[in-house]
Amino acid sequence: MKKIIALLLALVMVFALCACGKTAEETKLKVGFIFLHDENSTYDLNFIKAAEEACQAAGVEYILKTNVPEGQECYDTAAELVDEGCSIVFADSFGHEDYLIQAAKDFPNVQFCHATGTKAHTENLANYHNAFASIYEGRYLAGIAAGMKLNQMIEEGKITAEEAKMGYVGAFTYAEVISGYTSFYLGAKSVCPSVTMEVTFTGSWYDQALETEGAQKLIDRGCVLISQHADSLGAPSVCEANGVPNVSYNGSTEDAGPNTYIVASRINWAPYFSYIIDCVKNNKAIDADWSGSIASGSVELFPLNEKVAAPGTQEAIDAALAEIKAGTLHVFATDTFTVGGENLSEYLADVDTDDAFTPDTNVVSDGYFHESEKRSAPYFDIQIDGIELLDVAF
Amino acid sequence: MNKKTRVPLFHIAKRSTLPWYHAWAIRGGALILALLVCAGVTAILTGENAFLLYVTMVKGSFGSVRKIWVLLQNIAMLLCVSLAVTPAFRMRCWNLGGEGQVLVGGLASVLVMTFLSPYLPNGLLILVMLLASILAGAVWAGIPAIFKAQWNTNETLFTLMMNYVAMQLVAFYIAYRFPKGTGTMGVVNGDTRAGWLPYLLGQQYLLNILIVALLTGLVYAYLRYSKHGYEIAVVGESERTARYVGINVKRVIIRTMLLSGAICGLAGFLLVSGTDHSLSTTSAGGRGFTAVMVSWLAKFNPIWMIFTSFLLVFLGKGASEIASQFRLNESFGDILTGIILFFIIGSEFFIQYKILLTRSAEKEEKDHV
Repeated sequence: MKKIIALLLALVMVFALCACGKTAEETKLKVGFIFLHDENSTYDLNFIKAAEEACQAAGVEYILKTNVPEGQECYDTAAELVDEGCSIVFADSFGHEDYLIQAAKDFPNVQFCHATGTKAHTENLANYHNAFASIYEGRYLAGIAAGMKLNQMIEEGKITAEEAKMGYVGAFTYAEVISGYTSFYLGAKSVCPSVTMEVTFTGSWYDQALETEGAQKLIDRGCVLISQHADSLGAPSVCEANGVPNVSYNGSTEDAGPNTYIVASRINWAPYFSYIIDCVKNNKAIDADWSGSIASGSVELFPLNEKVAAPGTQEAIDAALAEIKAGTLHVFATDTFTVGGENLSEYLADVDTDDAFTPDTNVVSDGYFHESEKRSAPYFDIQIDGIELLDVAF
Repeated sequence: MNKKTRVPLFHIAKRSTLPWYHAWAIRGGALILALLVCAGVTAILTGENAFLLYVTMVKGSFGSVRKIWVLLQNIAMLLCVSLAVTPAFRMRCWNLGGEGQVLVGGLASVLVMTFLSPYLPNGLLILVMLLASILAGAVWAGIPAIFKAQWNTNETLFTLMMNYVAMQLVAFYIAYRFPKGTGTMGVVNGDTRAGWLPYLLGQQYLLNILIVALLTGLVYAYLRYSKHGYEIAVVGESERTARYVGINVKRVIIRTMLLSGAICGLAGFLLVSGTDHSLSTTSAGGRGFTAVMVSWLAKFNPIWMIFTSFLLVFLGKGASEIASQFRLNESFGDILTGIILFFIIGSEFFIQYKILLTRSAEKEEKDHV
């Protein structure tokens, strides 16, 4: 027994010595990342991959903190990252925002960057920043792929034009989700004019059971194609089981649905991470609201699953993409949709966040809805004709 | 040759009371064994060096001054909920509703904080929040208590179900007040800090920790030295005896459960006013259930509960630190925690009982003859 103890002690000492060796390294720029979940969530995985990619490319050190809840733990984790020498702290979930702002106030020399938040432009803190990307452009292109698939089903006589109904599993009745499904619908409608859509909500960003249930409900109600804005593999798996085509989000779900997955869009966060690292390295100010676009590489479409996608889909997507990049196609052009039978000529959106979601800024001009221009996070929250919300409990 | 009878390889016998150092030697041995098994499991499943993992685990709780503060704060919160459920447990009344009682307490604080902050000065606001939380927690525990006392309903199930009702209440409030949001409340009164507990000596968590420390002493004294504490012990031993000696059992049950709920309500207040300044359905963080283990491992003794809550918080923090640092899944940390708890709880068995190999037992018997 004594020998074993002696051996253990010796081992501990060896490791203690190894640990000492590391501290001698030169101090590099360090970036700290706070994630709501871990790699099991497609949403967080997308951020984690981008963080590693950008930090390795820039040759900076980084610390990843996973499974940080949207509470005081977020503040504590941010403060710990500062203690560990991070010059930039980034958090990836909407509910982290208030705690990150608190940390930004307490640590003025550290830059705090937050994805999907809405308060940077009103908080006026020099070291607190929001970021998002015009994912609605990606959703629109994914919608084109969906519309092409519907057209193929109509041509093959599987459904009539009137039966071209899509289903969408959303998380919350929140602007980011509404903006996402509306742009997806408009993309589909641009190639398949008779399309309609039903949306159901789960009240959670990640709930495999509810997403599975929601997708099944939509299929049972006659939806012939499903897309989703929630982070589990619930909807793609149900689609595969039912043989219903699926357009995914955040990551390719081809593994879960090899015979039904068409395409997915995602935000590539690496350009933003590279941008903030570059700013801090060169002592430049970081934008309070940074919005990447499909033109700048922040929004991406995964390769089409040719096995499922309709012929000609890639060409249609490429054509629309070229128009978006050239500025001749606006996703939310007001002549492509109606609200209560009327075209929009102006719309007050809730851009400056307050508890009551008070509309404060006109965002319709020059014939289109200016999404993500007044602030980075989406604020398109209009219910347009052709989309039916099945439940609005959330 | 005699006919061979099949005898079991070993049998179990109750121990006479062990000297304290012997009991602690068994516990210590169990802990060392647990760590060795964890090391093995880690090496096999992940190929990581288990001893580095332990260093990380310790760093997760003690790595910096801030981490130590956070550790103390987490211990205080878990201890507070554990103190709350303990009086009921001593009465053998299994209050599993700590989670819900904390949540309604927190919700009461949030409501007062949100709607009364324009009308009340800060000191008074905090006092009203405190009282509202205590009342809400007490009501939430009082409902199952009345049912138990009057109709002898099963308090375990009743309190458990009340948790879900409380969670839905919180979810409903958030959905009602922030219909276009994402199911989060955000920080309440972020600008004015109205209803936020003050920082003592520049430390956000110090006041919380002191309040719980004081509470620990009070609950200890209440259970050990007060007439109420004695009544609780008697009811716990035998309701019939209690009735025979003239204790009003119904009253003791309701009173103790009210106390239990009130302390949970206080925990909800501390969470909202002292740390989060917000509330979600998961704010209680499973403490209502972890508290059962804290209380049981400490044999319902409030002073020992300081150590058992430390142990559980330490293991939990270590597990998530490991998950984060080594890029292992959160579940892996839970596996390690599970192994350690298995050994610790298991060691109590070996303190109560001894295992005798049959052959040596026979020998023992022969020697006695």
